[in-house]
Amino acid sequence: MDLFLQQLLTGLANGAIYACLALAVVMIYQAIDHFNFAQGEMAMFSTYICWAMIAGGVPYWIAFFATIIISFVGGLAIERIIFKPLHNAPVLSHIVVFIGLVAIFNSFAGAIWDHNIKTFPSPFPDGSFGGLIGLHEVGMFFVTLLLLLAIFCFFRFTRVGMAMQAAAANPDSAGLVGIRVGWMLALGWGLAAAIGAVAGMMIAPIVFLEPNMMLGILLYGFAAAIVGGISSPGGAVAGGFLVGIIENMAGTYIPAIGSELKLTVALILIVTVLLFKPNGLFGKTIVTRV
Amino acid sequence: MATDVETRIDTKLNVGAKIPFKWVIPFIVIGAILPFFLGGYATFQGTLIMIYAIAILGLNLLTGFNGQFSLGHSAFYAIGAYTAAILVYHLDWPVYAAIPIGGVVCFVAGFLFGLPALRLEGLYLALATFALGVSIPQILKSSHLEGLTGGVQGLDVFRPKVPAFLVENFGLTMDQWWYLIAFVVMLLMFWIAWNLINSRTGRAMMAIRDNPIAARSMGVNASLYKSLTFGVSAFYTGIAGAIAAIVIEFVAPDSFTFQLSILLFIGMVVGGTGSIWGAVFGGFFILTVPNFAEEISTGLSYAIFGIILILVIYVMPSGFAGLVNLLRVRIKNML
Repeated sequence: MDLFLQQLLTGLANGAIYACLALAVVMIYQAIDHFNFAQGEMAMFSTYICWAMIAGGVPYWIAFFATIIISFVGGLAIERIIFKPLHNAPVLSHIVVFIGLVAIFNSFAGAIWDHNIKTFPSPFPDGSFGGLIGLHEVGMFFVTLLLLLAIFCFFRFTRVGMAMQAAAANPDSAGLVGIRVGWMLALGWGLAAAIGAVAGMMIAPIVFLEPNMMLGILLYGFAAAIVGGISSPGGAVAGGFLVGIIENMAGTYIPAIGSELKLTVALILIVTVLLFKPNGLFGKTIVTRV
Repeated sequence: MATDVETRIDTKLNVGAKIPFKWVIPFIVIGAILPFFLGGYATFQGTLIMIYAIAILGLNLLTGFNGQFSLGHSAFYAIGAYTAAILVYHLDWPVYAAIPIGGVVCFVAGFLFGLPALRLEGLYLALATFALGVSIPQILKSSHLEGLTGGVQGLDVFRPKVPAFLVENFGLTMDQWWYLIAFVVMLLMFWIAWNLINSRTGRAMMAIRDNPIAARSMGVNASLYKSLTFGVSAFYTGIAGAIAAIVIEFVAPDSFTFQLSILLFIGMVVGGTGSIWGAVFGGFFILTVPNFAEEISTGLSYAIFGIILILVIYVMPSGFAGLVNLLRVRIKNML
């Protein structure tokens, strides 16, 4: 029973990481209507910016909020400079541009801040909760929930949030009612970059800072977002925890799997979930017409 | 908004699906005599380009002509390569027989994977295929299969000698011989793909891509065609993998990571989604550009590759085939 509890909490702690990133993934999906494969590398780059500021003597919370603002502006700039001219290109070409961005961010982070693994400070006190789960993980859990609440309120109760949803769902009609669709896209990019930055700064104390830190995690983040239902931020968070727990439990309790095939099993389970709930656990069912 | 722009480009590319025959003969002649003018290394690179072209064409049949997204084609490439390697290494099969078997095994694997994938569309299919791509290296490394796959170490495959009469009469080297084999296989595969696309089956595939519901109400058996396309696509990629295993004389799990899927995907888009001959350019691109980026700067090679990618998409948003079509139309209008 102790082992079970231990694994459950470890799963939850990992899940908090995935949930955090899944939230950023869903956020940008709502704004631009497709997946941003460069999300993880953008978050990693933001985290490096924060690290550089802290290393330069800036207090943690000032660096934290400054990084969020810088990331927001950076995300906005990427949409305006790179994606605006490609507005009419096919979606598959956009994905290639995402891949290009991944390569650029990854390579530049390595070139500017070298490839050595760096420790990243946590804003939460050291120690653990009953020896089972670290206080940083608990803190991260609450930050994720806070972020979720903020996003929910933003999309539900503000004019800009509504306008962004409209611009993503039906750009033509949104344009006709006076929403500036282009700027809504840019705003979506900015917000997604900012949320990604928060995720990066929360994750970095656990996985340590290095240019490839996001590679594995982003995959789980995507998986979590899809399992939870890409149209629902709450679902993404639930999906994140679910993926974390499944991954840990499968590795512990099924001896043939061990740590070797942990990832495979997690992914197979996810695909199985999708076979029965093709729109994710909490996603809206989309009805298509001819 | 995005969708009607897309269909416009796609229909333009469907014209590109027809191979311009007056260019075929020069292409074959140049392709066939090229290895006799190139050095050994360049010939080897040429072979790899053609292998990638076959794999990209496979992916293109699935994505470009049937509208199914895949991030897991490295898995089929790996299955093809390992099938060939295991047949040659453990069972002493002749390498030439191992290549088609690699393709057939992939066809079955692809068809079986296509069945559950029927329920998934777009992003969800991307995730499912992605899961496949990520798990294959892990499964190949797994201790349960080590006896068969050689685990992390991989397997060695040795090529037989070039047939004696070719060496005596033409002085053919090993690299030239395998270049020509890959070239013939590639032409064959392109010819099959061309026939497939311009047949009843091909039209059904494209109808499913353009409007699945309408296609179904016209009597197209969407499930069957989608699974079959998955199988055929895997077959192409498997053949490519099998030839690659033999040409490189070695297979190891880490050659078939998710990055390979990404590279094939890039090759498809850069060559031209929905274009048959664009695959050759795609293969050329994914083999040469990373090396070129490496030469400019070792530390920043990825960044340079990324910048080149973005610039290429700027210049030709619908791939090389799209650009050529556009230029053809422009020139025709000018004359």
